[in-house]
Amino acid sequence: MSLLNLSGIEKQYPGVKALDGVDFQLREGEIHALLGENGAGKSTLVKVMTGALEGDGGSMAYLDKPLKLKSTAQAQSVGISTVYQEVNLLPNLSVAQNLYLGREPKKFGLIDWKRIYRQSREVLKRFALDIDVTQPLSSYSVAIQQLVAIARGVDMSAKVLVLDEPTASLDAGEVEQLFDVLRELKSQGIGIVFITHFLDQVYAVSDRITVLRNGGLVGEFETAGLPREELVGHMLGKELQAQAHRAPERDDRAAGEPLLELDDVAVRGSLQPTSLTVKRGEAVGLAGLLGSGRSEVCRAVFGVDKKSSGALTFSGRERSFRKPAEAIEAGLALCPEDRKASGIVGPLSIRENIALAVQARRGWWRPMSRTEQQELAEKFIAELQIATPDADKPIEQLSGGNQQKVILARWLATNPELLVLDEPTRGVDIGAHAEILKLIKQLCGEGMSLLVTSSELEELVAFSDRVAVMRDRKKVAEIEGEEISENRIMQAIAEA
Amino acid sequence: MNNLPPAAAKEQPVSPAGPRGLLPPLNGRYLWPLLGLVLLLAINLVLSPEFFQVKLVDGRLYGSLIDVLNRSAPVALLAIGMTLVIATGGIDLSVGATMAIAGAVCANMLVGGVDSIFLVVAGGMAIGILIGAVNGSLVSFLGIQPIVATLILMVAGRGIAQLINAGQIVTFQNEAFTFIGTGSVFGVPFPILLVLMVFAAIQLLMRKTALGLFVESVGCNAGASHYLGVNARAVKMMVYCIAGLCAALAGMIAAADIQGSDANNAGLWLELDAILAVVIGGASLMGGRFSLVLSLVGVLIIQCLSTTIIMSGVPPKYNLVIKSLVVVFVLLLQSPRFQAQMGALIALAKSKSNKSVGERAEA
Repeated sequence: MSLLNLSGIEKQYPGVKALDGVDFQLREGEIHALLGENGAGKSTLVKVMTGALEGDGGSMAYLDKPLKLKSTAQAQSVGISTVYQEVNLLPNLSVAQNLYLGREPKKFGLIDWKRIYRQSREVLKRFALDIDVTQPLSSYSVAIQQLVAIARGVDMSAKVLVLDEPTASLDAGEVEQLFDVLRELKSQGIGIVFITHFLDQVYAVSDRITVLRNGGLVGEFETAGLPREELVGHMLGKELQAQAHRAPERDDRAAGEPLLELDDVAVRGSLQPTSLTVKRGEAVGLAGLLGSGRSEVCRAVFGVDKKSSGALTFSGRERSFRKPAEAIEAGLALCPEDRKASGIVGPLSIRENIALAVQARRGWWRPMSRTEQQELAEKFIAELQIATPDADKPIEQLSGGNQQKVILARWLATNPELLVLDEPTRGVDIGAHAEILKLIKQLCGEGMSLLVTSSELEELVAFSDRVAVMRDRKKVAEIEGEEISENRIMQAIAEA
Repeated sequence: MNNLPPAAAKEQPVSPAGPRGLLPPLNGRYLWPLLGLVLLLAINLVLSPEFFQVKLVDGRLYGSLIDVLNRSAPVALLAIGMTLVIATGGIDLSVGATMAIAGAVCANMLVGGVDSIFLVVAGGMAIGILIGAVNGSLVSFLGIQPIVATLILMVAGRGIAQLINAGQIVTFQNEAFTFIGTGSVFGVPFPILLVLMVFAAIQLLMRKTALGLFVESVGCNAGASHYLGVNARAVKMMVYCIAGLCAALAGMIAAADIQGSDANNAGLWLELDAILAVVIGGASLMGGRFSLVLSLVGVLIIQCLSTTIIMSGVPPKYNLVIKSLVVVFVLLLQSPRFQAQMGALIALAKSKSNKSVGERAEA
C-alpha cells in the first residue's frame, strides 16, 4: 500500500529549477533510498514532503488522500517525521525532555516527570537503547542522539520517517545499530526515506531506490535488480557505453618531472592515507561521489586542512603547509568548492576580487595601484569573457558562472605552478560551464599543471591525463591515458 | 593565456577607472549621512544664526562651530579606530576605559617627574597599543567574540586606571601636556588638528597601502580571505592596536583638558558614541566596506545634535530622548528597506489621490 505519493512536484528558485516534475512513491514497510549528486534536488524534495517548503506545482497524497502541507508541524501531526543530519534536538536538555518536548504528559496541569522518565525508558528499550534518560542529550554520542531523534519521531506515531544523511558521522558499528532499528521499524509497517551518499549502505538496507539528477527524476528501481555501475551511471547521468578518452591536445613537453607528490598523506577525521602524483604540465582528475574525499585532497594540498601524517612534496621540496598563504607562496592556487563561503568576497568589486590574491602575495606595503588593478581586471574580463559592464561591479551581483571565472582569474593572475580546481563547474549555468571547460582544456594545452575534481565524469574524461578515483575517503584506483573512460571511472567508483 | 580568443567583452567599453583617491566620490552611500548633517546645520542656522559665526579672540578661533569640532575630537579619534574594527566585523567596547588608562599613565608620569613631554606622550600611546594588542590577541588568536573580548577590558580597564591613580584624581601642572587639550595652532584648537592628523595618517595607511583592501576583505568574508592568503589574524590584530592608539590619544586630550586624570569619568560611555557615529556613517556591524570620512560625519551629527538641543531651548531633561529619536530617524533614512517602503507608500498615496480625483471627476 502506498503511504506517500508525490507526483509532478515542481519547485523554482530564482534562476534555478530545483525540482522539475518529480514523482516519488513510498510504500508501507519499505526503506526507500533517495539518491543524487549535489544539486540533484534531494533536499528540496525532502523539504517539500516534510512541509518545510511548499512546492510550486504537483500534488501529494498521504494514505491515498490528498495532502497539502503548510508546515513541518503539520507534517509531524499527520505522521511524517524527519531526522536531519545535524540532530535537531536540544543538546542541553535531558534525553527524556527531548523525547517529550512540546507534548509533555501532565498531571494536575504540571509536567509529570515520573511518567516522562518511565515512558522514555520504555520507548528507548524498543530501540535497544539502555541509557540514563535524565542525562543531557549532549553527553551521548551522535549515534545515540540520532537514535533518540528517530525514537522521538516514531513515538509521535510516525508512519513516514525521513532520514537525511543519518549515517554521515557514524562509525561502522553505529551504522549497523541504526540499520537494525530501521529494519525493525520497517517490519512494523513504517515507511522510511533514506538519504545517503554511501552506496554500500544503500545496498545493505534499502528495498527501492529513487534517483534524482539536476532536479529531474531519473527513475525508480528495485535495489536488488540494479547493479552498482548502473546506479552510479544513473546518478552521474551517464549510460553505460563505450566512450573513447579524448585526450586534450597539448604540447609534447607535457608531463615532466613530478611537481606535487603526496605520500600517504592523511588528515585526521577526513582523509585516509592517500598517495598521488601530479607531474609538471599534467592534468590529473579526481573522481568520486560526494563525500568520497575529493575535496579533502584539495584542502590538504592547499594547507586548508593540516595533514596529520604522510609527506607532501611540492616542486622538489618537502612541504608542510599550515595555511593557504604558505601554499600560495610556494606557487599553488585553489578554486574552492564552496564558492560563496570560501571563494568570492561578495561586496567587493570584480577588480578587487581579482587583485586580492596577487596583493596578498605581495604584502600590504607594496600596494597595486588602482590603474594596475584595473588593467589586470580588464585583461581577465576580456580573456575569460566575464560578462559584466565594468570591473567595479560587486562580484556578488554576477551569475555563478561569472563568479567562478573571476575566481579563476584571481588565481591565474598569481601565475601558479599548480592550479587546483575543486568542482569548478558546480552551480554554473550551461553556457559558462562550457566556457570554463574550454578554459581548462586551454590551460592544459599551455602546459599548466592541474588537479581537478568533478562529479561530471564527462569533464574529467575530456581533459585528464590521469584520473584518481576516490571512495570512502581514500584513493581506490588510478586510471591513465587511453584507459580513461566514463565506464572505467564508474566501475572504479562502484567496486565493492 | 596568450592564445585565448579575442573576447566579446572587449567590444563593450569598459568604464574607465573612477578616481578613487584619498577622498571618496559623492554617491548614494555618502548622500544620506551628509544630508543628515546638512539638515542639522540648517536647523541651527534657523535657531540661531550666530551658530556659524567664527571669531578670532586672542589668536584663537571661537564660535559654536569651532566648539562643536573641538568637543567632538575625543569621539572622533575613537570613531576612526572603531571604524576599522567594525570593518573587520568586530567591535571594541574597551576604548572608553583605554582613554582612562592612558590619561592615568600620562598623569602619573607627569606627577612622577618625567620631564620629557615626548616620553609622556609616547608612554600614553604605548599603553594604548598594548591594550589594543591584548584585545586583538583575544579576538584573533583565542577566537573570542569581539564583544565579549573587549568587554573584559571595558570593565577591568577602568579598574586598572583607578589602581594606577591609587583611587585619587591625579592632577598635574604641565603647560606642554595641557597644550594637547587646550592649545591652538594658527588659531585652530589643537584637538581638531590632532583629529585631522590622525585621520590623514590612517587614511593614507589604509588607502595608499593594501591594508584597507585587506581590512574590507576580512570583514566581507573572513573564510575566503583565508583561502586567498590574507593574514586575517594579523589584520584583526592591527585594527585593535590602531583602535587602542586612537583611544590613548583621545584619553590624553581628555586628561589635558581638565589637567588631571579622573579614572571614573574619563571617556565614560564614549565607546558607545563612537560606535553610534560609525553606524550613523552607514557602516555595517557585520563588517565590510568602511569610510573614515563617513564615520567623522557621524561624529559631527552626534555632536551637532547635542549643541542644537541645548541651543533650541528645550529643557535639558529631554536631551537624551530627542537625541535617540534623531538617531533612529537618521538610521531609518539609510535603510534601503525603509527607503523602498517609503517609496511604495508615496506611490500608493499618489495613486490613491489620483484615483479619488478620477472618481470625483466621474461623479
